[in-house]
This record gives sequence, structure tokens and C-alpha cells, in this order.
Amino acid sequence: MFDHGKLEKNSILMLVGILIVVSIGGLVEIAPLFYLESTIEKVKGMRPYTPLELAGRNIYIREGCYNCHSQMVRPFRDEVERYGHYSLAAESMYDHPFQWGSKRTGPDLARVGGKYSDEWHSTHLIDPRSLVPESVMPGYPFLAKTPLKYTDIAKHLETNRMVGVPYDDAMIEAAKADLEAQVNPDADGVEAMQERYPGAQARNFDGQPGKPTEMDALISYLQVLGTMVDFSSYKAEENYR
Amino acid sequence: MSERHTDDFTGVETTGHEWDGIRELDNPLPRWWQWIFWACVVWSIGYWIVYPAWPLVSGYTKGMFGYSSRGEVAKEIAKAETGMEGQLEQIRQASLEQIRTNANLREFALAGGRSAFAVNCSQCHGSGAQGFKGYPNLNDDEWIWGGTIDAIAYTITHGIRNTEDEDARQSDMPAFGRDGILEKAQINDVAEYVLSMSGQSSDASAAARGKPLFTDNCAACHGENGGGSHEFGAPALNNDLWLYGGDKATIVETISKSRRGVMPAWGKHLDDATVKQLAIYVHSLGGGK
Repeated sequence: MFDHGKLEKNSILMLVGILIVVSIGGLVEIAPLFYLESTIEKVKGMRPYTPLELAGRNIYIREGCYNCHSQMVRPFRDEVERYGHYSLAAESMYDHPFQWGSKRTGPDLARVGGKYSDEWHSTHLIDPRSLVPESVMPGYPFLAKTPLKYTDIAKHLETNRMVGVPYDDAMIEAAKADLEAQVNPDADGVEAMQERYPGAQARNFDGQPGKPTEMDALISYLQVLGTMVDFSSYKAEENYR
Repeated sequence: MSERHTDDFTGVETTGHEWDGIRELDNPLPRWWQWIFWACVVWSIGYWIVYPAWPLVSGYTKGMFGYSSRGEVAKEIAKAETGMEGQLEQIRQASLEQIRTNANLREFALAGGRSAFAVNCSQCHGSGAQGFKGYPNLNDDEWIWGGTIDAIAYTITHGIRNTEDEDARQSDMPAFGRDGILEKAQINDVAEYVLSMSGQSSDASAAARGKPLFTDNCAACHGENGGGSHEFGAPALNNDLWLYGGDKATIVETISKSRRGVMPAWGKHLDDATVKQLAIYVHSLGGGK
């Protein structure tokens, strides 16, 4: 008969036992997600973030937006009717780390892209209560005044490539130029940028002339959220989970 | 020390440990607890059989019920829609004018439009459609791009000055100051003239100097007497309703830097029936033409 007393009296044995039990859980629940092809849906339209969007994403993380905003439309009728199509795994496959979040003091942002104008975002980020009187969100007026630091933007792309985002050499080489082109719709580099990042919007996001600000970057990121996947070609039934 | 012995008082064996004379009774787990434990184990086997459970080499066990959380949402939405399908289909088929004049359809559209407005429109236009600086009040009868029901539906479907819909309403007011079209003093005069249109100018001579400047630079869109034009989305200037503010400083800012309000193309985000219901709702708010 197995004597449980031996396990309880020997801390090393106990530790090994715990490790074995926990790894069984991990092997069954986590490991299959990496090899099962059905984990990430096959979709059209997903592309890596442009350098400007990536810089905006970094600001999103820096300011802790995820503490109050989730980026995950869950598969429930009320959420789908409010926010739009439920989030797909494919939509965060280039997110390292993903921004699903676990708390909604503010609304979900997974599909906020295109829902408001750039000016709305800028006004709202500077003073949320000027547009939504009942809002409890803090203002971020400094974003519009702070020039974006992007001398190291190519390194950010490279780092993402190391963890599996398909940035190619041309993208990394042009990172700085692409970032500058995206905030200047009249620039020469816009077409080349859009060739590398199909569907990317080039606009003066913060509405201010001059150098890109943190506001430009953050708004460009917010405006692309949830807009990449082409749902007209997405076969929902094939991806029922 | 590790000797089991029977407790005199309860007649139960102890675990054999003893700490300063204190011993632990070796009672078995309560029977009810054990039953629930084993019932859970058996239940889990049933769960594996009927629900998706185990990962396999190239897939996973789907379970006999064919359950999927995504399939469930689709079913729930379909169920909610079948309840409304009769009316929704009529909304899709009918023209906006037909919906508006049919009491039943109108009531249905107003209810649907109200909830769609709260979800999608209230963030800019306000929960009471009262608007904010730069986002028009939809309760009054002043319309920038037209207040007929069809004009409202077009604006909702295609939006204004966005980059996602090529049929979006377009117009661009020049930035008279920033682009050096007018001098600072001239802008001041035009602003005074604009104020005078609604009887608010306090500088009659400046307003008089501004009048020919207005005719040359502004009248093509805003109209000779400042009545505005729906075709160009040029707001009327001869009343006391202002989109960005009617104080002198704001008017000078508007003339100098121009304004360029953007509205998303909701036809790209919402289905046809929802857009129609929204048009009926917005038209009903008070100012529909």
C-alpha cells in the first residue's frame, strides 16, 4: 500500500510530486494550444502593426490603459451586440503581450477602431469629461504636447520579430521613415508604407502640425484596433469552438 | 511516540502523533463529503463524453452535444432575431418615408433606433442627442448636411470626411489665417460681420469692413446672407446656434484654422436595418424636415 506519510515527511519528494502533478495539468491544458492548428483561426487581413501603431501600443501599455480597458469581446450576445463580432485568437496573434485585460472600468476597446473620429479621441484623451460628462477616466493632456521618441523604433520591430511577428528586413530598415510617413498623408513615403502594411491609414492623427506626438501614435493604434480582419471572407461556422 | 492508541473518551484511534500531550483523533472524512467527491469524479467522466474536453494529436474531442461557445452566441442571436424577423424584414423592404408613416413600423424603428443611438452615437452627440462642441445637437432644426430623412440616412451610412467610405460627405473649409489667405485684421473684421448676422456685433465699422470680405471668401458656401448650405455642409451663420462656439474668440479661431469635423461611415459598422432605424430615430428627435 502506498504510504502517503513518506511524501509528507520528505520535502524534496513532496516538491517533485507537486511538479509532476502541475506539469500534467500544463501538458493537457496549455501545450496542445501550441500544436493544434485550430487554435488560431485562418483569417484574411491580419498584418503586423505599423511602426507608429506599435509606438502607440507601447504608450497604451506605459499608461496602463489595460487596467481599465479590456480588449476582448467575449462570445455573448450582449457583448456582440454592443461591441461587434467577438474577438478571434487571430486578432491578437501579433500582440506581445496581448492586451485582453481582465477588468472593465471603461468599455472594451477591441473594436474601437473607426468608431470615433481622430478629433474625438484627441479631445477625449485630453479631457474625457468634455465629451462624456459621467466618465471617470483621467485626462492625458500631456500626450498632445509630448514629442514621440522613436529613434529606437526599428529595435522595437526587431524585438517583436524575435518573438514571432513577421516583420521583414525592409520593414525594419524603413521603420523610422514609415512612422514619419503615417502622420503626414502628403508625404512621399505613404504609398511605400501602405504597401508594406496594407490598409494602414495615414493621417495627421492629432490634428497638430509638426513632429509626431505621443497623441499621434496612440490614436493611430486605437483607430486600427479590431479593424484588420476581413469578416466578409471569415467563415464563422468553420471556427466554432 | 508514534504509537496509535485509542482515545478513552471517544473510543476513536489517534494518528499516533503526540505534541505535549495533545493527540489527534484519526476520524475518517465525513461520509457526505466522500460521496460528493466520488460523484464529482463520475460527473466529470460524463462531462468528457458530452462536452469538448480532451486535446488529441490534431484536434480535440468535440463531445456528443456538439457544444461550442461561439455556436451558442450565433444561436442566441438568431433566436432573438427570429422574434423580430417580421418587422426587420419590413424595415429592410420599406422606404424610410413608408416606415415613418406606418405607425407600427415607426414604433419598432424608434425603439431599435434609440438603443442603437445609445450604443453608437451618444459618445459624440451626447446621450440626449444634445451634442458637444464640434458635435452637432440633433434635437434642433438646424442641419449641416440636411435634415430630411434621406439626408440623415445618407450621413449615417457614409459619414463625413472619413477615409473609410469614398462616398462620405466631403468639404474643406480653408484655414484663412494659417494658410495666409486673410490678414489678422481682416479675420477680425469678418468675425465681427459674422457676429452681426445674429445681431451680436459690438463693432459696426469692423462688421462693415468685413462684409465684402465675407462676400468674396465665405458666401460661396455659407450663402450671401449666411444662411448656410447643406450641399457643402456649411452651417448657417445667421442664427445663434453654433457648432464650435459663437463667442468672438472661437469664431476667429474657426476662420483662422478652419474646422474639419469627421463622422464614421456607420454603413460599414452596422447593418442596413439598424441604419434605417437610426435615421427614423434621429429624424424624430425634434428637428426632422
